[in-house]
Amino acid sequence: MKAKKRKRIDIENVIFTTLNTGYLIFLCVVMLYPMLNTLAVSFNEPLDTVRGGIYIRPRKFTLYNYYVVLNMDTIYNAFYISVTKTIVIVATNLVFTSMLAYTISRKEYIFRKFITTVFVLTMYFNAGLIPNYLLIKKLGMINTFSVYWIPNIVSAFNLIVIRTYIKTIPESLIESARIDGAKEFRIYWQIVMPLIVPTLATIALFVAVGSWNSWFDTFLYNSGKQELSTLQYELQKLLATTMTASTRAGAPAGGAVSAAQAGSSNVTTPQSIRAAITIVTAVPILLVYPFLQRYFIHGLAIGSVKE
Amino acid sequence: MATKPLAGQKKHKSTWSTIVAQYELILMSVPLLLYKILFSYVPVVGWTMAFQNYKPAIRSFWKQEWVGFDNFVKLFTGINGERFLRDVRNTLGQSFLTLLLGYIGSISLALLLNEVRNIKFKRIVQNITYMPHFLSWIIVAGLVSTMLAVPTSGGIINDVLIRLGLIDNSIMFLADPKYFWWIVAFSNLWKEMGWNTIIYLAAITAIDPTLYEASVIDGANRYQKMWHITLPGIKPTIMVLLIMNVGHILEAGFEIQYFLGNGLVVESSEIIDIFVLRYGIQMGNYSLATVAGMFKTVISIILISVANFISGRLGEEKLI
Repeated sequence: MKAKKRKRIDIENVIFTTLNTGYLIFLCVVMLYPMLNTLAVSFNEPLDTVRGGIYIRPRKFTLYNYYVVLNMDTIYNAFYISVTKTIVIVATNLVFTSMLAYTISRKEYIFRKFITTVFVLTMYFNAGLIPNYLLIKKLGMINTFSVYWIPNIVSAFNLIVIRTYIKTIPESLIESARIDGAKEFRIYWQIVMPLIVPTLATIALFVAVGSWNSWFDTFLYNSGKQELSTLQYELQKLLATTMTASTRAGAPAGGAVSAAQAGSSNVTTPQSIRAAITIVTAVPILLVYPFLQRYFIHGLAIGSVKE
Repeated sequence: MATKPLAGQKKHKSTWSTIVAQYELILMSVPLLLYKILFSYVPVVGWTMAFQNYKPAIRSFWKQEWVGFDNFVKLFTGINGERFLRDVRNTLGQSFLTLLLGYIGSISLALLLNEVRNIKFKRIVQNITYMPHFLSWIIVAGLVSTMLAVPTSGGIINDVLIRLGLIDNSIMFLADPKYFWWIVAFSNLWKEMGWNTIIYLAAITAIDPTLYEASVIDGANRYQKMWHITLPGIKPTIMVLLIMNVGHILEAGFEIQYFLGNGLVVESSEIIDIFVLRYGIQMGNYSLATVAGMFKTVISIILISVANFISGRLGEEKLI
């Protein structure tokens, strides 16, 4: 009797594990396929791609698409702006947000409550697109690099996450530094900063992803200046042209023909260029992730559970 | 009686001396406070545009024409009103579907990942499902449009459906309004479902393991453990996220609707944010766009207060 029951549980377990594994593998395929397909198209000969039937492997391998993309001046410049912008935003965010978080983690600090409230409220309301746009315009920041980073140096959410983490640092550590004569800024810079590295790595990852992937700021404020364009913005412009081309022409070959007629090149198509730029845009940020990964699971768990 | 002003004086003095003593903390924080007030609170002054017929060409604030609630009436009536209410419906519909699919997808994935015994396999699945989170919406929109295209343009979905014999001709997903809400919801699901499991998995690890041991002794099977221990264990997390998301229900995204929306599907693709952009930045009707933006903010604040209150009443976690 007992053996029979155990056997039934075993079979149930096997069925469950099989179905579960099957579902998870299916999910992985769904997650990976679009990216692998784009990768394959980016390495395939453009006129061959138009014939269709490219799945996850290039049929006629070529580097030509990348050659074309990397010879576009706009892409170089956009890459440079994207990188600079991301580095500046991450650096300013980490320093200013953690510095502010330190001050509002001090229980004796007189403006602690007021500052916390002012920042937390901004998580729930926003003056709206138009008033923000007009403010930026009044400040003379339209078509300048500063609009990328100045409005975003402190985020309320990250502030609360870092503050929560700083509160887990033993008070005695800070107290002893104070007895040794360290002033607030030095305590923050030399004692607290090194201890919150895991959280800062997490925040750095979030901020870097947000900044690298943002498109709206360029679109709204800096679209009038080509030198300030970012990779995302260049990709979107290309996407817009290929999408209208394909809806108008209907047939997939239409894209190739129109590209040839436009005289841009005889052997490349918007579809293939788009795939190559997509890869160029996606890869840098995907490379950042493994470096910060070992910190971030831990940091994220702390930030979320104690929220 | 006589001691009262004295006490007041003393308090005043101590406040002042505290400020002096904490000058360093003040130097470290007050500039950032002023900065935040400038960028997040000062723009609220712009809401006065809602009551004006704002003309950017007129420099002086006081020379603008004041029109009372005219813009509010305009927003909800006539042609503008029809378009705006349609956009509100689209925003709510897309958000609701996104939330619903997102919750089902992420929670079930977290529960299933939790049942995987092979740590290596679990890691691989996690890392692969996190990956789309790192792609921008521009890239995702491009991928979505490719996947939904005709088979020869790389449209795998039509390809599979045709091969399975479910359809004869390709479905033009991006040219038919009835699919648009679902496209937005599934794109969000694809991009964020893996990433959102992180928070649930963290909550699952915090569940007391003795609960599982006790249930095994009582003869609970795998599904009973999932349903009666794991799910209730992550309920507080689910509630907190629900409150936060309800407050942001009018934020249906922007990029995906902006890129994939076209003339053919505009009746189901256009959302409030795009309305604001078109009227405000592109048509220069700042006043009407400001009213639409205000509407969004006010509704969000009401929703989050209500959700917070209900959650508190039900004895669940409160956010604020």
